[in-house]
This record gives sequence, C-alpha cells and structure tokens, in this order.
Amino acid sequence: MIFSNILIYFVVIPLVMLGLLFLCRDMKQIRTVAVVGSSALVALSIYLTVDFLQLRAAGVNDIMLYTGSWMWFRPLNIHLAVGVDGISVVMLLLSAIIVFAGSFASWKITPLPKDFFLWLILLSTGVFGFFISIDLFTMFMFYEVALIPMYLLIGLWGTGRKEYSAMKLTLMLMGGSAFLMLGILGIYYHSAPEGGQLTMNLLEIRANDAIDHNWQYFLFPMTFVGFGVLGAMFPFHTWSPDGHASAPTAVSMLHAGVLMKLGGYGCFRVAIYLMPFAANELAWIFLILTGISVVYGAFSACVQTDLKYINAYSSVSHCGLVLFAILMLNTTAMTGAVMQMLSHGLMTALFFALIGMIYGRTHTRDIRMMGGLMKIMPFLAVCYVIAGMASLGLPGLSGFVAEMTIFVGSFQHADMFHRVFTIVACCSIVITAVYILRVVGKLLFGPVYDEHHLSLTDATWWERLSTITLIVCVAAIGCFPNFFSDLIHNATLPIIDALTK
Amino acid sequence: MSIFILCIPLFMFLLLGLTGMKMSHRLAGILGCCGMGVTLVLAYSVAFNYFFSGDPLFINAAGERLQHLLWNETWLQFTDKLEIKLGFLLDPISAMMLVVITTISFMVHLYSMGYMRDHHGVFEHGFQRFYAFLSLFSFSMLGLVVATNIFQMYIFWELVGASSYLLIGFYYTKPSAVSASKKAFIVTRFADLGFLIGILILSFYTGTFNFTELTSVPVEGLKDVFQVSSLTAEGVKNVFATSAAPMFMGASVMTWALVLIFMGGMGKSAMLPLHIWLPDAMEGPTPVSALIHAATMVVAGVYLVARLFPLYLMEITSLEIITVVGALTALYAAMVACTQIDIKRVLAFSTISQIAFMMVSLGVARPEFHHGIGYMAGMFHLFTHAMFKALLFLCAGALIHAIGSNDYTAMHGLRKYMPITHISFLIGCLAIAGIIPFAGFFSKDEILTACFGNSMLWYVWMSAVAGLTAFYMFRLYYLIFWWKEHKIPEGHHAPHDQAWTMTLPLVILSVISCVAGFVPFGNLVTWNGHPMFDHVSFFTNLEHLNWSVAAVSLAVAIIAIAIATVMYRKENPLPAKFKNAMPALWNWCFHRFYWDELYMFITHKIIFNGICKPIAWFDRHIIDGTMDMFATVTQKTSSAIKGLQSGNVQMYVWLYLVGALVMASIVWLCLL
Repeated sequence: MIFSNILIYFVVIPLVMLGLLFLCRDMKQIRTVAVVGSSALVALSIYLTVDFLQLRAAGVNDIMLYTGSWMWFRPLNIHLAVGVDGISVVMLLLSAIIVFAGSFASWKITPLPKDFFLWLILLSTGVFGFFISIDLFTMFMFYEVALIPMYLLIGLWGTGRKEYSAMKLTLMLMGGSAFLMLGILGIYYHSAPEGGQLTMNLLEIRANDAIDHNWQYFLFPMTFVGFGVLGAMFPFHTWSPDGHASAPTAVSMLHAGVLMKLGGYGCFRVAIYLMPFAANELAWIFLILTGISVVYGAFSACVQTDLKYINAYSSVSHCGLVLFAILMLNTTAMTGAVMQMLSHGLMTALFFALIGMIYGRTHTRDIRMMGGLMKIMPFLAVCYVIAGMASLGLPGLSGFVAEMTIFVGSFQHADMFHRVFTIVACCSIVITAVYILRVVGKLLFGPVYDEHHLSLTDATWWERLSTITLIVCVAAIGCFPNFFSDLIHNATLPIIDALTK
Repeated sequence: MSIFILCIPLFMFLLLGLTGMKMSHRLAGILGCCGMGVTLVLAYSVAFNYFFSGDPLFINAAGERLQHLLWNETWLQFTDKLEIKLGFLLDPISAMMLVVITTISFMVHLYSMGYMRDHHGVFEHGFQRFYAFLSLFSFSMLGLVVATNIFQMYIFWELVGASSYLLIGFYYTKPSAVSASKKAFIVTRFADLGFLIGILILSFYTGTFNFTELTSVPVEGLKDVFQVSSLTAEGVKNVFATSAAPMFMGASVMTWALVLIFMGGMGKSAMLPLHIWLPDAMEGPTPVSALIHAATMVVAGVYLVARLFPLYLMEITSLEIITVVGALTALYAAMVACTQIDIKRVLAFSTISQIAFMMVSLGVARPEFHHGIGYMAGMFHLFTHAMFKALLFLCAGALIHAIGSNDYTAMHGLRKYMPITHISFLIGCLAIAGIIPFAGFFSKDEILTACFGNSMLWYVWMSAVAGLTAFYMFRLYYLIFWWKEHKIPEGHHAPHDQAWTMTLPLVILSVISCVAGFVPFGNLVTWNGHPMFDHVSFFTNLEHLNWSVAAVSLAVAIIAIAIATVMYRKENPLPAKFKNAMPALWNWCFHRFYWDELYMFITHKIIFNGICKPIAWFDRHIIDGTMDMFATVTQKTSSAIKGLQSGNVQMYVWLYLVGALVMASIVWLCLL
C-alpha cells in the first residue's frame, strides 16, 4: 500500500495543504494552514532522520532505504519510485526548515496572500518530490513542478523589473530542462543491456551499468549542464542575480535555499552516479568552469550595490564551490559538497530573509542609501552579522566546516591541475571576507545615513522566529559537524564505488 | 577540570551576549570579571600542576618536560587519516600561555570596569556587549594555545580574528573604527589563506594534523620521514611516495608548507609586509589593545612557529626566512615608532618591533647553540613583553581616559597629577628598554645572546634596534610626563589617577614587570623540554648571564635613554633640528614608509577597479548580454515574420499559389 511508505507523506502533506488553502477564507486561516503544515513537514523530516539513523545503526546497508515503487505508466515502464539515502535525508531536512522559515517570513504578504501560499506550497511539493524520487521521470516531473510556480511568484509578487526577471529565470531554467530531458531520454534508451526491460529507476540503471561509454560522453554533459544551470554554473548563472533581486522574500529564500540545491543534487545523483566513466573523463572541463564560478562570483559581488545582487553573486560563488567539490570525485570533497549545500541553503535563506525584512522597512536595497542600521534595528543587524560570518566561514557556523571539508578533499588530488584549482578556490575565502565586511561595514555600522530610518522598528515576533530558526540550524551544523558529515559520508560511498569500478 | 578553562569564557560569552541587554551594566561587568577570575584560578592550577607537581605524565626521570594530552575528541572526520580533533594539549609553552592569557585577560576585565565609563561614572553604551566579546576572545585565545592539532589551532585562529574584528569595531558608529576593523580582518584573512594552504600541504604529505605526531619525533628520525630517501630500491618509499612533485619551484614542498604556515603567523603577528592592520587596530578601546593587540593575539604567530619549531628546524631555509622577516620588521617598526604622535600608535609600532624580536629569536635558534637558547628566549620575551606591554597600554588608557585625547601634544607634565600612572609607565619603559633588573632586560639579553650565537650581523642589528627601542620609549615617556604642563581651563578638574579598578591592574602588572625577569625560564620552557640549569634559585638568570652581551646591551640602552633625555626632557630645538637635517628619512618614518598608500593603491586601483569592476561589467554585458541576445533575436525574428500572418485572404491565396508553383517545380525537376 502506497500510504504505508513514510516518504510519500512529504508529498501528501503539501498536497493536503494545497487543498486546505483553497478553502481558506481569511489571512488567519491561511497562516494556520501554512504554519501547521510546515511544522508537520519539519517534524516528519526530523522523525525520518532519527529513524534513518536507527536503521543504519541496526545494520541495514541498502543504498536507499524506505524504497517503494508503484507503476504509473506501463508502456514506458515509468514508476513512482521513492527511496532515500543520507544525502536525501539531509536535503529533506533542509527543505522542511526553509519552508518553515519561509512561511513565517511571508507573514504579511500582499496582495493575494492565498494565491501566494498556493504557489509557494506547490513549489515545495516539487522540491520534496524531487528529493524522494529515484525514478528519473518522476524526478524530472517534480523538478518542473518546482520551476513553473517561480514564474508566477516572481511575476506577480516581485519587485523591480519583475516581468523581465521572471521571464529570464524561467526561460533559462527551461533551457536547462531541455538539455536534461534529452539526457534523461538518452539514459532511458540505454538503461538496460541488449533486449532487457528499459527502466527509469536510478538504482536499476546503475545495477545494469549498460550505458555505452560513447553515449556517456554525450549524455554526461547534457545532464550535468541541465542541472548545472539550476546550480548557477558559469556561464549559465545570469538568471540568478536578476531572479533573486526581483523575487519576494520567501521565494528568494526557497529558491536560493533549496531550489539551487536541486541542481547540485541532480548533478551527482544522475550525472555522476549513472555515468561514472564520462564523469572521470570529462570532470576537468566542468572543473574549470566551476572553479571560475567560485572566484568570478565573489569578485562580482565585491562591486554590487544592491543587497540582493551581492547575495546572488555570492550564491554563484558558493554554489560553484558545491559543483566544484562534486567534480573532485572523492568522498571527502563530495561530503563537503553536500555540507556546503546545507550550509549555503540555510545561510542564504537567512540572508534573503533579512534583506527582505530590511527592504520592507527602508524600501531600498541600495547599500549606498543606508547606513548605521545597527543602531536602529539591532536584532536584524546582529542576525545579518551572524549570517555574514557564516558566509565568510567563521568556525562554529556552518560555512567553515563545509568549506574546509571541500578544501581538504580537493587537496587529496596530487596533480598540478587539481592543486591549482583548489588553491584558486581557496582564494575565495579572502574575497568573500571582502564583500561581506564591505556590506556589514556600510549597511550596519557607521553613522545613520538617512534620518527617516530612525523611526523604523526592529523585527516582529514572526520575523524573529524565522531568523532564529535558521541561525540555530547554521550554528548546529557548525558546532556538531560530525553528525551530518557521517550521515553524508556513508551516502557518497556508492557513488565513489561506481566511479572507481 | 581543564575543560572548564574553555567552557567558562564560552558560557560567559553566550550568557552576556544573549541576555546581557536585560542585565544592568554593573552586573554584566561583575559576571564577566568573576568568570574570568575563576578561569584564572583554574588555569593557574593547571599550569602550576604541570610545572611543579613532578607527575611522571608531565616530566620524565631525566627531568625533561613532556607533552600531555588531557583530552582529545574527534570533531570532524575528513578522511580515514585526517580528522579535526578538539582537545587540550599541555606542554611548557601552552602552560605558559595559559598563565599569560588569563593574567592579562583578568587584568583587562577588571580595568575595563573603570575604563568603560565616562567621567561621571556612567557605563558606556554596549558595556555588556563589550564583556561578551572579551569573553569570546578569551575563549578563542585559550582554545588556540591548547590546540592539539594544527586544524584546531586554525579554527581558534579564525575565532580570535573574528573577536578582534568585533572589538576593534566596538565603537561601530565611528567610521574610522569600522574601517580599521575591516582592514584588520581582511589583512589577517589574506594571511590565513597562506596558513590554510600550508596546512593542506603539510597534512597531505604527513597524513596528520596532530602536533604530537608532527613534532615529538626526534629530529633525526623525522628527517627520514620527510626527505626522499635514496636508500630504498624503489627510490622513494616514504610519505612523499604519494606525491608526484615533492619539489615545487626550486624548494621542497616542506619548505613551502612551513613558509605558508608562517605567512599566517606574519598576518596575526603583524610582520612586514602584513603589519598594516595593527596600528589602525588602535581604534578599539584601549583595554582591548592591551589584551589583544599587545599581549595575546598578536603573539599567536610566534606561538605558531614555536609550536612547530621541530619542523622548522628541519628546513633551515624557513628559519632563515623567519629571521630576515623578523629583523626587517623590528628595525622598520622601531624607526617608525620614533616619529609618531599618537601614543597608542607608538605603542603599536613598539609591539610590532618587539614581536619581531621574538620571531628573530626563534629564527636564529639552533639546538647546537646553548641548547637552542633562542627558542627559550623567544618564549621568555613573549612572557615578559605581554606583562610590560599590557602595563604600558593600560597606563596609556588611564592617560587617555584622564585627558580625552590620544596625542602626546595634549598631555605633557602629567607626572605631578598622575603619580601612580607615572611610576607604572616608567617601570614599563625601563622594562622594555632592557634595564637591569626589570623583566625586559633578561629576556632581551637572552635574545641577543641567541643572535650572537647565530651571526654577528643579526647581533649588531638587533642590538641597534634595542637601542632604538629604549630611545623611542623614553621619548614618549618624557613627552607625556615631563615638559611644561598645559594650563587647566577654568572649571575643569586637573587630570588625576583613576579609580581603583584601573589602578590596581597597573600596580599588579608593575610588580610583575619588576620580578618576571627572575623566573628561571631555562628550566621551564625549552624547545625539547630539557632543562638548561641543574640548580634553580631566584638568581639563576643573573648567574647565567652572558655578561659580555649583557654589558653591551645595557650600555646601548643607557646611551639611548641619555640621548632621549637630552632631546626630550625639556622643550628644546634639538628634535626639530634632527628632523630638518634628514627630512626625507623623517617623512618616510612619519608616513610609515607609505605602506598604507601602497595597499590602498593595490586594493582600490588594481583589485577593485582593475579586477572586480571589469568582471562585473563582463558579467552584465557579455555573459548576460549573450543570453539577452538570444531572447532579442527570437523576438526580432518572430516580429519580422509575424507580418505573414496578416489575416489578408488575397495574400494567403498569393502565397498558396507561389508555394504550390515552387513545390511543383521542385517535384518536376526531381522527376526529370
């Protein structure tokens, strides 16, 4: 029975929320649904983590746990197949937390709060569905479900050049999807040895190991670029600054926090796991691109004046580091990559939440138009400093452990090429410090720039709840990294196995 | 018990940071002081236990002091071999640092109770935050010195950097403080990049982060581990076997690793050319300067080199680099200190110069000369310098608090008004100048002995710098406390000694500065734990003085003080004459050899305008332009051909006819 599988509830809960939202009549009911639903998701993901750990401790060594598969479309052998490993578990945890924080951050959204939450929850349905799927087709479907609402969310509730940004973001991501579609079809038609039953199931494809090496050369770049677009890989990252700048707060949070992680997750779950031969052969090309991303994004962030642009470029840099680490193709670096996804997800969500809150008060995001906010809104300012410190890799917060795992992992390659790019990537820690401190110094410290800002108020309780949730998570990863690192490390082993076979 | 040394400051930070705003200022301050007081007691007992208990864990039958891990827990696993542990390493230098840090930190906690108020005794805004940050700093610094592995050290290294950033920028509404804190963080971050890469190289080739494994092997044995052995049949059969290129650009990777790690130390310890942040860091409250930027954090670089000293010993090149960097910095900073006006800046440059002394001392240390006396001397000077420099800074704080300005031009003749501060400052000056029997005399003498054993060049060089030190310190002393005092305006109070919370630390540190020189360091802290003297008494250091070196350094110091007395005791035209005789030199010194301008040029003109802006432009116009171009082309094409869908029936008929004709002719041609 389908409902006996715990993973299904990650999709069921958002769908129920959608149904209830349709019935809602006022703001209060909408909030109740959003808060209860997202709390349920957080509870569910925590329960899943605990249960997952217990199963692993009890010695269940399958690659994926809680697997289930239900036929969906027989002629093409498409299933609704679900299953999770350590990496998916932490991604689900991340998504749940960010949806939770995002619901609080859009407490007072106007206009059309009901419609806003409908699309937002639909988006999160896609995200959760993506992370639990192990069937390529369902995965792709959920991926698209997560992308489309973005257009409306930005186009309707956004700010600035919202129509342009919404269109740009959607078209570029759709372009990526087109590559991805091709890649998935290619994989499907080579998924079984001669005469066998073709399949979309990741595990079966891996077990069959039937994708021809020549085809891998072709399909690997397709899928990697397809997912890489969403992971803001240079030179396909330009949707990110415009998109983020125009998006409303909760959407920015969800998009940078979770949606961009879909890219990184897909890259190793599909591209590298299924086509290890091509991954070994072609990794260097993408390593150059992502290595560039890391410093390029950071340098660009140094001269931006719009808070959201700064953060979007910083995301390009940090997400570049995720893909960079994945391409190092060893356990440590890959563990680091997932840690970086977690860490970046939480701290960018925190950043965008804070920027949204500041913008909601000052009505500008231009750092030249603001100053001395520490005096006016100390709570938000302190949170911003903490987010900044996490971003520049202060030990005790999540950024440090992720980056260090990546650097140590990357340095395990002894050849000159990897060394040079590792050192280039390391340089980003300095540039990050430059742009973070520039913003902190200008925006929060110094004398108050605009007299009108003096009358502004500090955070409300729901804003506090939203930011504190995220800060606690960032600090938890930073202080007890081994818990997450262990969980992720074990999940990377099958991928490394495939790569070294 | 040792874990509480770290936990109490951390707990105080969280407590004051989270609930401080709800507390009264006084309660927050008292809590901070009590927390630090308990930490002080614990740290003293741990250090005392280590040095004097005679426990076989700490000292072996031959009287050699051992490294001992009190505890060590895995924090983050990287690979099978590499993992970050958090632990507590007890050995001579960490025990000594525990004493130094907790002493100075406690003094500063106490002193700040008085300093962080205005003249009416009202606590400053953000007083609780100040104590929270002080606790955070103490926690990080203690964690740094007890680190059991190089990555733990890096973690706390970053944390002290961050707490230093927060404390320099304490007066966050002041733009100069904000930019100073930013500068400090970024410059040290840049240095830490080198440190990080050094760690990566070192850990890759040795397969460990742990200090015990890296340094406790006897030097001869370790040499085999690191150098490519030609004895084995395969040619290479050691840790470098994994490496394709053990040499890189003419130096072994080991040298690279050690020099890069030293780069981290150069940043934190403000060595040339990464020194530019320290003078600006004086924007922070003065107690902070005393704690972080004079006594503890800035010596972290020295501590790092000392910690890895057995490794550095294997690559003499890296030690020579350290010596050269140290010697240049010492001279540079001493020259600049002779011309500065701001008393805190004089002290800052003096700190840079004195830390460079320690670096040189480590750099010239060789086991074959007097059991590696340079190492012992460097640590000894670190200890004594922490005491007398903190004393000088706290005196400066008292002066600034009384006068309300950092310029000596606003002071003059204060010896009548502030007798306790005056005597304390004088003791500090005598100590730093190296006058017997004050603390600095002994440690500086050991350093000069070590230089003497290494080469004549460094001996003469460092003696000259020692002379300059005496000169600029007494110049400062005379300018502040002598000369004719300024008229006190009607209705103002005369400057006076401050409250007991501020005076007591001065007195305690003065006493320490007087007697610290007699601590028999040779028996406590040596590079291999082996004691230098057979018998220890109060006069051990005096008995073992190398009088030929000591006499020269005393003579130099006394001459320098005499010159300073002639030039600065009373207002006279001599200084101006000197200034006019060598205007270029004076200008260069006064403007700190234009290092700041050079950095400004590099960061703003080259990096900001030359790299960042073009990249941002490239991104907007080329990359994004290409993407937009696709969209524009699509749009243009569709608007160009949309005219064909006109809805005009005659047009459609025409097109249909033409199309049909073309098709027909093609078919016809093909069939032919």
